Amino acid sequence: MESFRSETRNWLEKNCPTSLRRPVVASEIPWGGRNARFASEDARLWLERMGQRGWTAPTWPKEYGGGGLSKKEAKILQEELRRIQAPPALVSFGLSMLGPCLLEFAKEEQKREFLPKIIRGELRWCQGYSEPGSGSDLASLQTRAVDDGDDFIVNGQKIWTSYADESDWIFCLVRTEPDAPKHDGISFLLFDMASPGVSVSPIKLISGSSPFCQTFFQDVRVPKKNLVGKRAGGWTIAKRLLEHERSMISSMGSPGARASLTVPEVAARYVGQQDGRVADPIVRDRIAQQELDALCFGLTTKRSVEASKAGQGPGHAASMFKYYGTELNKRKYELLMSIYGAQGLGWEGEGFDDEELDATRQWLRSKGNSIEGGTSEVQLNVIAKRVLGLPD
Amino acid sequence: MSLILTDEQELLRETARDFVKERSPVARLRALRDSADADGFSRDLWREMAELGWVGIFQPEEYGGSDLGFAELGILLEEVGRTLVPEPFLGTVVLGGSALLLGASEQLRKDVLPGVCSGQTLLALAFQEQARFAPFAIETRAEPAGSGYRLSGEKRFVQDGHVADQLVVAARTSGSTGERDGITLFLVDASSAGLTIVRTIMVDSRNAARVSLDGVEVDRSRVLGEPERGAELLDQLLDRGAVALAAEMLGSATEAFERTIAYLKTREQFGAPIGSFQALKHRAADMFCELELSRSVVLEALRATDEGRADLSQLASAAKARLSDTAIRVANEAVQMHGGIGMTDEEEIGFFMKRARVAEQTLGDAAFHRDRFATLRGF
Repeated sequence: MESFRSETRNWLEKNCPTSLRRPVVASEIPWGGRNARFASEDARLWLERMGQRGWTAPTWPKEYGGGGLSKKEAKILQEELRRIQAPPALVSFGLSMLGPCLLEFAKEEQKREFLPKIIRGELRWCQGYSEPGSGSDLASLQTRAVDDGDDFIVNGQKIWTSYADESDWIFCLVRTEPDAPKHDGISFLLFDMASPGVSVSPIKLISGSSPFCQTFFQDVRVPKKNLVGKRAGGWTIAKRLLEHERSMISSMGSPGARASLTVPEVAARYVGQQDGRVADPIVRDRIAQQELDALCFGLTTKRSVEASKAGQGPGHAASMFKYYGTELNKRKYELLMSIYGAQGLGWEGEGFDDEELDATRQWLRSKGNSIEGGTSEVQLNVIAKRVLGLPD
Repeated sequence: MSLILTDEQELLRETARDFVKERSPVARLRALRDSADADGFSRDLWREMAELGWVGIFQPEEYGGSDLGFAELGILLEEVGRTLVPEPFLGTVVLGGSALLLGASEQLRKDVLPGVCSGQTLLALAFQEQARFAPFAIETRAEPAGSGYRLSGEKRFVQDGHVADQLVVAARTSGSTGERDGITLFLVDASSAGLTIVRTIMVDSRNAARVSLDGVEVDRSRVLGEPERGAELLDQLLDRGAVALAAEMLGSATEAFERTIAYLKTREQFGAPIGSFQALKHRAADMFCELELSRSVVLEALRATDEGRADLSQLASAAKARLSDTAIRVANEAVQMHGGIGMTDEEEIGFFMKRARVAEQTLGDAAFHRDRFATLRGF
């Protein structure tokens, strides 16, 4: 292991551009894809090198372009990356959501086709799940895929499709068996967003940004070889993917992904200090509660990782992390809004610095965390049913 | 150190769970209360627990201890919390035992600890003087006299104090109330002249006492820790006490929660089990999350104690703050969800709510520990 560490250290020393070795903001990390945008030439180089080595997906098998690392080696890689403050080379739904499901459910030729492109950031993926009439009740989805020889013909509408307007391909839930019970008629399809009949319309959010879209399908022809898993067996894959999504969203509230300034630091600046303490005792108590909850949440994540390594994973932990992590994140921004006072209320223009304007938008954006990927209420239902065994 | 249990620790948990279930179900606490038992617990059972190695769990073998750590103590206390076992773990094992281990001279440890580990000698920590927890609000004076000191003052809410053979007493050798400096800790024999101990009957049917010292003479050899700098030892005792109590509270809260979930599954209204109603499901699921987070911080604090980590005080306060809130909330919800039956003395769930309230106030409530946590974190 020590030789792996020194090899890794040497390789990173040679290959991680020095201009990137610093804390970066989320917008500097590339999403890849056919029309990939990079904050700098170095960011492009970094993705290229990490992708070649398979280290964007360190534990995925080498035969599909992954790093082929053991969990221990992957941990060392993480430590070495952290040591030099290297930013992630790629952020992608392919890596965090689709890839793990392909590894588990896809046919061999699908793995060979798609996994290398995910790892190297060549295709950007979006998630075709929610529909206007199917939010929390996702399994009621109506987008139809009709059998037509070697193809399916897809018709319907998706909503809340993150970055559909910038994505190359979609992983999409469609109904292939309209007469079957709702959970048993769903299939999991992959198709190109450039296919004829796909159109996309961005949705503007309360935070002013448009990360989500409405996506329309009109007679979109999808080859049957792009069906993942069994026909009508899509719900199992859909649920597994949601678990990956929930872990991803809940990590937004964890200490690893914190903003540039900590809450106590913001308070020191905006509320002021008295004898080294946040001057307002009520705000100080709220901060202590927030920090304490974040500490306990982080420790629970750690415990869950250790338990699953020991083969005793707490069942349905994903719902707990999704629920608690997003609610915690919302509380944090509520607290930050009271700390910033009037300086947290700016929308644009003079009178507010970037951090303040960002805080306003983050506060608004955080409201979506407990809605997307299954609402808090849905997560509580899952816990009540699956973990506590409470009756329907 | 990992946050999951080793095989040995799992075994200890099973042994402890079986033992308390068999020998000390909640009905036993009720019986002790109803018979107005003079001790409020059983000395015979305590000696049995000592034989199992529980009383000297973290004491070195040379004093008759089991030489294990807080991780193991935490497992025991969680199980003890599950059935509200009233034996004097906090006073004797945790607070008194730690005071001797960390603060006593080698001679004093040799003299006293073997009797503690064998279950013969009972201990208590007498520091609190005000109704609300304020560790350095100490007015009890210790004046130099002969080869030692003469102590005078009043202590209250002394956990397990009514049966203690030896009391660890915090008194002021200089300074004034509220100050950290000038506090000295003494080991005082309960049979000393001028010492009066009055048992106080508490709402949780557990045991505490008021202790009056009227010119009690204590030899210099019975000073624990550094004279004048007793606050340092007291800090350590409060950290260890907070962590241990949090573990006990975790056990009680988990038990109250599990009993409530079982009740939700069986109690029927409107022709359906009440656990099928979403209003109750969501509250139950939310409590489950709170308990999981509580468990994590307790485990981490127990391990930090064993490792002597620099952030132990932070974690001790985090654990006590979190468990105080969780235990009260879970206990209150448990009574509410049990409905009318939860208000009756016959149903046991009320015992859990009473215990949660006393444990919350013991060694500092959530607000106290959040304040301390914030200070230690530098904001």
